[in-house]
Amino acid sequence: MHALISRRPVLSFVRTLALGAGLGLAALTGCDSGTSPSNANAGKAAPSGTTTSAAAAPAAAGDIVIGHYGSLTGSKATFGLSTDNGIKLAVEEVNKAGGLEIGGQKHKVVLKSEDTEGKQEKAGTVVTKLITADKVVAVLGEVASGITLAGAPIAQQFGVPMITPSSTNPQCTAVGDMIFRVCFIDPFQGYACAKFAAQDLKVKKAAILFDQAAPYSVGLKDEFESNFKKMGGEIVAIEAYTEGEANFNPLLTKIRERGAELLFIPGYYTDVANIALQARKLGMKMPLLGGDGWDSSDLAKNGGAAIEGSFYSNHYASDQPTPEIQNFVTKYQAAFGETPDGLAALGYDAARLLFDSMQRARSSDGSKVRDAIATTKDFKGVTGTISINEKRDAVKPAVIVEMKGGKPVFRARVEP
Amino acid sequence: MPGDSSPREELAKLSARPVSKGHSPCPRFLPTPAYRVDTLLQTLKDGLTIGSLYALIALGYTMVYGILKFINFAHSDIVVLGGWLSLITATAIVEKLGLTPGQIPPWWVGPLVLLIAMVACGIIGFTIERLAYKPLRRAPRLNVLITAIGVSLFLQNTGQLQFVFGTRPRAIPQLLSDQTLLQIGNVHIRLLDLVVIGTAVVLMVGLEWLVFHTKLGRAMRAVSFDVRTAGLMGIPVDRVISITFVIGSSLAAAGGFLWALSFTSIKQPADTSWVLLGLKAFVAAVVGGIGNVRGAMFGGLAIGMLEVFGQQYINPALKDVYVFAALIVVLLVKPGGILGKATVEKV
Repeated sequence: MHALISRRPVLSFVRTLALGAGLGLAALTGCDSGTSPSNANAGKAAPSGTTTSAAAAPAAAGDIVIGHYGSLTGSKATFGLSTDNGIKLAVEEVNKAGGLEIGGQKHKVVLKSEDTEGKQEKAGTVVTKLITADKVVAVLGEVASGITLAGAPIAQQFGVPMITPSSTNPQCTAVGDMIFRVCFIDPFQGYACAKFAAQDLKVKKAAILFDQAAPYSVGLKDEFESNFKKMGGEIVAIEAYTEGEANFNPLLTKIRERGAELLFIPGYYTDVANIALQARKLGMKMPLLGGDGWDSSDLAKNGGAAIEGSFYSNHYASDQPTPEIQNFVTKYQAAFGETPDGLAALGYDAARLLFDSMQRARSSDGSKVRDAIATTKDFKGVTGTISINEKRDAVKPAVIVEMKGGKPVFRARVEP
Repeated sequence: MPGDSSPREELAKLSARPVSKGHSPCPRFLPTPAYRVDTLLQTLKDGLTIGSLYALIALGYTMVYGILKFINFAHSDIVVLGGWLSLITATAIVEKLGLTPGQIPPWWVGPLVLLIAMVACGIIGFTIERLAYKPLRRAPRLNVLITAIGVSLFLQNTGQLQFVFGTRPRAIPQLLSDQTLLQIGNVHIRLLDLVVIGTAVVLMVGLEWLVFHTKLGRAMRAVSFDVRTAGLMGIPVDRVISITFVIGSSLAAAGGFLWALSFTSIKQPADTSWVLLGLKAFVAAVVGGIGNVRGAMFGGLAIGMLEVFGQQYINPALKDVYVFAALIVVLLVKPGGILGKATVEKV
């Protein structure tokens, strides 16, 4: 046990050192390119895989600087990277059109991305840095609700508007009047899953396997359980795992003995592929159902045939034939060479909603932009039409997708 | 009146009863029907698989401790490296052979991947020892310990760079056919299970033979007994230490390979699950008696069984608690480990 105890402080100490070095480097490159005349076009470079703040173009006077904090490295890096790509695409579009027009003047938009490494304790530091050092006018992020809850109070305290693209826990926007979101919330997602299971799949007996350490997973489990029971279904087993588990056999064996027709797994994609593979090996053939935590191209890559025929609720389906979605998918594929997942779409929507609000506010001043975001109505986003309600949450439908041929395919739509 | 309800309603009520009674207050603690033989067999099989993997990894901890008297914290990162290297070589070979997903490659691919991973990790283990630990041979033990943590961090953070292994979880291609060799009730004994357990056992028997029946083994035991005296007796201490690191690292690589094979999808090198895997293997080494090769094998199996049985029959949420509680109990009752000798620490 000494190992565990002695390891942590050293770990964070070394990280702090590394961070310090990173910041120093960022500052150096910032000064350096600020004095060189050749950097006028830096912001117009094509979006690339680089994600550190050192790589972002320095802001000139009159530029609008926005910040993004996300898990660009760490175990759920696809979440942060996808969101970052979505935001980059939106920024790129605005800059290609000559900049964001606010009150008759065009301003170039500069994006500063900071890495949370998927850790709650880093959120405060990076949001403070974005606001105080980079002087951002608005903050976008995080994906995981737990990290958003750590970053939001800082934005609130500095009076900088913040939009989380994809944190679904209801608490996130309750932090203060500066905090918004463009995604639906967990109670609705749990309801959507339960409704789909009970009324579309006509399942009577369901089992739940959830991550007991993730607020997201626990919240979804509670909502699914109560809604599914209300709709006349029966929950025959509830088992809990902790993120990082490799052997799910004991839990799955218990579930198998109870004759469930559906297994609800409100976890993250990092664990779901393993659960699916092990369940199939145990001879369990029932469909699996999950939430937007499943949404990653890695799910099908790692789960293979085991994940086929399973369902999850999501913010959008890339195969829906609406022009907004198809336009976005084509542009995203051209820029990044892959099909955008729901998080990329939400990142794109969050950035565009922010730009739209700035234009409506005719200012980039924090409180004016805040008021404009709060009064957003029927904003046409990729992930549906977004209206912001009095709780600063987005009201919008959820989509249920089915895994078919290694791709999520639109299956049903659940209205709020 | 109760008689008024139709049979169907009765049935619905009956089937609904356990939900309202047993599930709503605290549903996770419902006991599994323990009488089911196939559940017991499944649990035994899982315990054996996990236990033999813990044992393989524990051997590396125990061998290094036995000789240098320090905990090599970078050992679990060698396991990760082994797992990821096998994943990458397996993917490359499968691609080279032009197989579509789901097609089983020829039988020799598995052993080849294992060999490549073991050799590569052996070389890396050797390099780490030469660069990081050897210069500190005469330094206080604490310095070496801190260096080990540094090496561990270096490996983790290099591993998660995009151009090394990246941060996404990845699945190893299928190397063995999925056929069931033997089915008892609901339990499928697959080729994979036999291969994983078999490989682990073969490697452990091989190590046992090496340590107790060869000249090199005798040298290793001598160095472990007393480094300075062994050196005076003409044993090339540095070479023996290097070989120990090479062997320990290749066993770790094998552990990583078998881990990837058993659980298919593996996580990025800095993921907490790897830290936990390393810690449990370390606990296995301590429980068995650190510095004792047979103790590590025994400890690995014991910890694996304890974890899986506790998870199946007591409460799955506490699975890590069983392991670390066992550590505390062993340290209190028999501080030298179950198979270890109690030694007085020279201060």
